[in-house]
Amino acid sequence: MQKIKEFIIEKFIFICGIASIFFVVLIFLFLLKEGLAVFKFVKPLEFLLGKNWYPISEPAQLGILPLVLGSLLVTLGAAVISIPIGVGCAIYIAEIAPLKIKETLKAGIELLAAIPSVVLGFIGMVTLVPLVKNIFHLPTGLTALSGSIMLAFMAMPTIVSIAEDALYSVPKNYKEGAFALGATHWQTIWRVMLPAASSGILAAVMLGIGRVIGETMAVMMITGNAAIMPNSILSPVRTLTATIAAEMGEAVVGSEHYFALFAIGIVLFVISFIINVTADLFLHKDQK
Amino acid sequence: MRNPYRSQKIAFFFLFLATLLIVVPVGLIVIVIIQKGLPAISWQFLSDIPRQGMRSGGIFPAIIGTLYLVSGAIIFALPIGLLAAIYLSEYSKDNLLTRIIKLAIVNLAGVPSVVYGLFGLALFVVFLKFGVSILSGSLTLGIMILPVIITTSREALESVPQSFREVSLSLGASKWQTIRHIVLPNAIPGILTGTILGLGRAAGETAPILFTVAAFYLPQLPKSIFDQAMALPYHLYVISTQVPNVDEKIRYGTALVLLTLVLFMNLVAIVIRYKFRKKKKW
Amino acid sequence: MVNPVRNNKLAENAKMKDKNTISNGVKFAIKNLDIWFGTIHALKQVSMEIEANEILGAIGPSSSGKTTFLRMLNRLNDLSPNFRMNGEVKLENDNIKNIDAQFLRKRVGMVFALPLSLPLSIFDNVAYGVKMHGVKNKKLLQNKVEESLKEAYLWDEVKDRLNESAFKLSGGQQQRLCIARTLAVSPEVILFDEPCSGLDPISTAKVEDAMVKLKQKYTIVLVTNNVKQAARVSDRTAFFLNGELIELDKTELIFTGPKDKRTDGYIRGKFG
Repeated sequence: MQKIKEFIIEKFIFICGIASIFFVVLIFLFLLKEGLAVFKFVKPLEFLLGKNWYPISEPAQLGILPLVLGSLLVTLGAAVISIPIGVGCAIYIAEIAPLKIKETLKAGIELLAAIPSVVLGFIGMVTLVPLVKNIFHLPTGLTALSGSIMLAFMAMPTIVSIAEDALYSVPKNYKEGAFALGATHWQTIWRVMLPAASSGILAAVMLGIGRVIGETMAVMMITGNAAIMPNSILSPVRTLTATIAAEMGEAVVGSEHYFALFAIGIVLFVISFIINVTADLFLHKDQK
Repeated sequence: MRNPYRSQKIAFFFLFLATLLIVVPVGLIVIVIIQKGLPAISWQFLSDIPRQGMRSGGIFPAIIGTLYLVSGAIIFALPIGLLAAIYLSEYSKDNLLTRIIKLAIVNLAGVPSVVYGLFGLALFVVFLKFGVSILSGSLTLGIMILPVIITTSREALESVPQSFREVSLSLGASKWQTIRHIVLPNAIPGILTGTILGLGRAAGETAPILFTVAAFYLPQLPKSIFDQAMALPYHLYVISTQVPNVDEKIRYGTALVLLTLVLFMNLVAIVIRYKFRKKKKW
Repeated sequence: MVNPVRNNKLAENAKMKDKNTISNGVKFAIKNLDIWFGTIHALKQVSMEIEANEILGAIGPSSSGKTTFLRMLNRLNDLSPNFRMNGEVKLENDNIKNIDAQFLRKRVGMVFALPLSLPLSIFDNVAYGVKMHGVKNKKLLQNKVEESLKEAYLWDEVKDRLNESAFKLSGGQQQRLCIARTLAVSPEVILFDEPCSGLDPISTAKVEDAMVKLKQKYTIVLVTNNVKQAARVSDRTAFFLNGELIELDKTELIFTGPKDKRTDGYIRGKFG
């Protein structure tokens, strides 16, 4: 009797164990189911490289290139800001900060990670956007740059915590060896610790960027939402994620527009899949 | 000749600067929201329905909606997530299937939140015909927080010393008895931490609920899980961008309530973890 | 260089052992046993018998295979992911492969190297195994706990504080608690895996006393790094080296005139 009970429990545990696979597949299948239909209306290449996104004009023009470029621009900007600051902060926390400050800093970083993106978006709107407008004398502060700055803050907790882990897991004797040879602490960090932790740091950067690409609310609130080809970091842009969030509410289920938004979902899913798998490979390279 | 100690000083200064560049803005954000939001907080603000097209009144339905959503998400995600963690920590072997499961979890954690929204719309709202409802939203959020719960619970389970399992098994207890009576009770603080972190995440997310549950303006409480509902993060989005001429006080007030809710959960999680570490007997 | 005092004591011990040993036949019969962990060949062609109601000591340097041997007897090695085993191990008449692991471990109890109290109260530690076997009756559990704690010579020290956490006990007390916990499930064989490695001499003496008295009811296999401990308590001693069983004989023979010079070397401390 007990044996049967345990057998059932164990089977049930196994089913839950593979639930993650099931859900990932399910997500992908439903994106495909709704998204692939768009290619009845537009060729895949036109979809990816078309310069015009006018989903509700007659006939609809469904080129996502401006959105892709918008995402790229914002992401690039966020990466430029967040990578040096994030990695620098990780080094500071892992290597330099005294123990007490270290715990406080880590709590602060966790705090940042916990702030909902809609709150950051709101704060960006009321503080950063006017600032950008005034500094660059723009008609509007809702620009790719504002988005980049705000998104950099969302990428930083990811970058800091994973990079700090990577630095922390460098074997102690590497460091001691370098010290024993008379290297300064900074030389040890630069020549020994960073190279040894490089694949972990790379993974940290990738996952941070992954978070930026997928970020929706803040970016929708502060980048201006203009689905046009961006010409500078100071122009309003619209990202892939913001397009879905902003337009799905109006799209009629089963319409071209609806399918197109799901097709954008496929693009996002594939990008995040590639980033996560690669980052995972880097993360586990060290452990072997 | 470069002086290594001078370059060290310079380098450390920049590293410190980088840290300040993160920590100071975080502090400022929190302080500004508290400072500007606090005057808006009153019993009426917390307990009244929004009035005059959300330009006055309170945010009660949004608070309740968020609580419903978060509870629904956790009811769905905790059992599945915990059992999945038990599978990974206690049963899985080092084989291809396990590698795929781990990869799937990493990917589930990385899927953009708006894609969860799409998925929820396609599966729960349209395909399963749950409609735009608390049920659809909760399930969507539930799947989204699954990786958080699995990962933290698994860490908690794996931190229970292997020797406890061996002792239990050596006394003739079965594997499930060992898990049930020895491993789980000792992993509870960690599991709790993960659950609360998941709750916090679910409470703050907007994109997944945009098309699955969120009502723009619904000055009444939901009556069943098939009703639409307002939710705090979406409400903040709406009054910040969609409704003109909303008093800034109300916006900051809403942001403060949301931030407090989310940070409070994180704080509880951190406190549990900290206490547990101190109390750990092995 | 034979220490006369030690020799005397050994002889004395031997006499006592002969008196106490009631041979009930063979408990474990092991034939051509090989064990691998992945590519590591941990035990090589081991054949031996363990008699009922004896204390069998297993000595040898670290990674000689003695602990692997011990953990094989209650199939605890099965928990290692890349464990493989060849050969035949019989507990009385049944091949242990065919005994349900749970049931086997009930018959073959184990006391671990460090005192591994479970994070429960003293009472619940002892009652744990019994409860897991389905006993729910409170009175029965209480009796069993008292009986087992008495058998492990711990009762008088803890009878007033049964509901305190087991971690509050001293190391030696915890180890005797672990013995009581093992006794509570009424095993036939008790495996001791270096039970005194973390204990002071007085606690060690108490645990050893307990072992010698326990063999009247139980068969005991003792793995120890402490050669003198084997000399003090075991009836027969097996010497393991690099996964091979080098020699197995009466303890006094192993310690006075081992047949293999590697055994002699180890006992004299050549590769401890």
